[in-house]
Amino acid sequence: MSDPIPEMPTATEPARERTYLEAIREALGEEMARDERVFLLGEDIGVYGGAFQATDGLQARFGEERVLDTPLSETAIVGAAVGAAMMGMRPVAEMQFADFISCAFDILTNFAAKSRYRTGVGVPLVVRGPSGGGVHGGPFHSQNPEAYFAHTPGLKIVQPSTPHDAKGLLKAAIRDEDPVIFFEHKYLYRRVREVLPEEDYIVPIGKAAVKRAGRDLSILTYGAMVWTALDAARTLESEGIDTEILDLRTLFPLDEETILASVAKTNRALILHEATRTGGIGAEIAAVLSERCFEYLDAPLVRVTAPDTPVPFAPEMEAFFRPNAEKVCRAARALVAY
Amino acid sequence: MSSALTPERKIDIYRLLRLNRSVEERLVHLYRQGKIVGGLYRSLGQEATSVGSAFALERGDILGPLIRNLGSVLAMGIAPREIFTQFLARGNSPTGGKEGILHFGRPEEGLVSPISMLGTLIPVMAGIALAGRMQGKNIVAMTFIGDGGTSTGPFHEGLNFAAVQRLPLVVVAENNGWAYSTPFRKQTAARSLADRAAGYGIPAETIDGNDVEAVYEASRRAVERARAGEGPTLLEAKTYRMKGHAEHDGQGYVPREELEDWSRRDPIDLYARALVATAVATPETLAKIDGRISEQIEQDVAHALASPAPTPENALTGVYAGGLPEFEPAIIRRDW
Repeated sequence: MSDPIPEMPTATEPARERTYLEAIREALGEEMARDERVFLLGEDIGVYGGAFQATDGLQARFGEERVLDTPLSETAIVGAAVGAAMMGMRPVAEMQFADFISCAFDILTNFAAKSRYRTGVGVPLVVRGPSGGGVHGGPFHSQNPEAYFAHTPGLKIVQPSTPHDAKGLLKAAIRDEDPVIFFEHKYLYRRVREVLPEEDYIVPIGKAAVKRAGRDLSILTYGAMVWTALDAARTLESEGIDTEILDLRTLFPLDEETILASVAKTNRALILHEATRTGGIGAEIAAVLSERCFEYLDAPLVRVTAPDTPVPFAPEMEAFFRPNAEKVCRAARALVAY
Repeated sequence: MSSALTPERKIDIYRLLRLNRSVEERLVHLYRQGKIVGGLYRSLGQEATSVGSAFALERGDILGPLIRNLGSVLAMGIAPREIFTQFLARGNSPTGGKEGILHFGRPEEGLVSPISMLGTLIPVMAGIALAGRMQGKNIVAMTFIGDGGTSTGPFHEGLNFAAVQRLPLVVVAENNGWAYSTPFRKQTAARSLADRAAGYGIPAETIDGNDVEAVYEASRRAVERARAGEGPTLLEAKTYRMKGHAEHDGQGYVPREELEDWSRRDPIDLYARALVATAVATPETLAKIDGRISEQIEQDVAHALASPAPTPENALTGVYAGGLPEFEPAIIRRDW
């Protein structure tokens, strides 16, 4: 079989689709080209291009100093990012897996998060890395550690669900004056794609997006679960249930106004996240809803989350552990029938 | 730059040693009067290590002190009145009351604040040195660690990273014998803190931490190496913590004879005698310096005591550049 003949380039190239992963890589490259203070550091991000290839080609383009391969040391990576940020740089640190952010917990929560408050010295840095399961990574390559950090004043937490938001939120994070933790859902890296705007854009931190308008219930979710919710909404629609879906996009600070507007309209809230339940982001959303719009709730809040266990390894067990469209549909039906 | 200290520089060193000691003695009075907020961590007996090391830095270099490094903070040019407002947690303190003790910093003036978790300054200072190199500034970063702090992960991770990157970083390990009540032998099986350097492939030197000129000379060599692009150095300064962990701690666990031995090696007495013996100063000159420092301190303390308390509501400011989300947002009422 012969190689396919490449298409002749046309005068106006058709808009190219980008995966979630490509969107992240593009954001990094564009921000580095725009601002010489931006640099990357992490394990295997240079020659190898990162464990997931998020930084592929960037060291060849920007050099070893701006795409810095580090020792296997999350504390050194984030610690060095803090110091560099104090000096006016804009470091973007990669955690090879978001699970390993626990190794940098002290530097992030005590040094980075409190610096502006304690001493007036802001540390604009981004820590990014792949979180989430569905890829059979087991207990240490599948976690969703966002809630640990949402409990730490001084940090901002984001998690995009689409290539468009991944690019725009990462650019916003790099330009932000405060430390931002940027969780990328690894299940989405190569599974979602879309055409992105040609021009420079950001997605502002702190703004949720209505992914689907509906009137019977609101699903409040983020990350890969946005797609699970959309999947569930199609099934529910065939049953006559009209679902509104909110993609939170930023987990701290929460876009309370958009959350409240949605629930005040549908009067029923289903909170969906892949992270385990107790003390999760969903607990905070539930608290906000019961504090601020109690009178608008026609039914008890429902949480669909992973159970309070570590992430199990075997595919059958992980599938049982993770929320899916079927679990969402079941909870939604009960909520609407209440 | 010549290694020889001029007589003027030697007098500067003496002044900083005395200032360090006198500011702390005044803080002790304030502490006993109940005016200090929180604990008071002394550097009694360790002043030469703080002063001698930071004295080797130049304008533009950056220091990350620990809580017993008042002398190094003063050597960076921070005014004593800022120390007093900070320890008294006044509204006009360097942190506006949000922090205490030596927990304040201004990188643009060469000072980075520590946090209480020991060892974390080392990777952070490595990042400062890295950024300085990327920005084409020929600066050196210097920080401290105690014998206890060398047992932490960040000490290792930071020093290893700095060594791999050959960063201009000087780490002064103050071996003062004690981490709170834990003696050196329960902290590490290594014979000395300097021995740890071999594991990172960097040079180390063990120095008499109570000999201020020895500390200065070793620090100057380390700073020169760093500035020449030859990477980090670990300096082990052997000294002794003459007080408890903090003022509340009567250090009953410390052998009396050790304290007596080290009290004969008081770094300020040693230096004053050396200056007189080498005819750099007369006892009268030194007494005059001491007197001027005392007068200055009294003015600074009066200023701090007369300074306003912080506004409590300021506790809600400065978490983010753009402010905090509303803490008690409105309830939304349904139109029934």
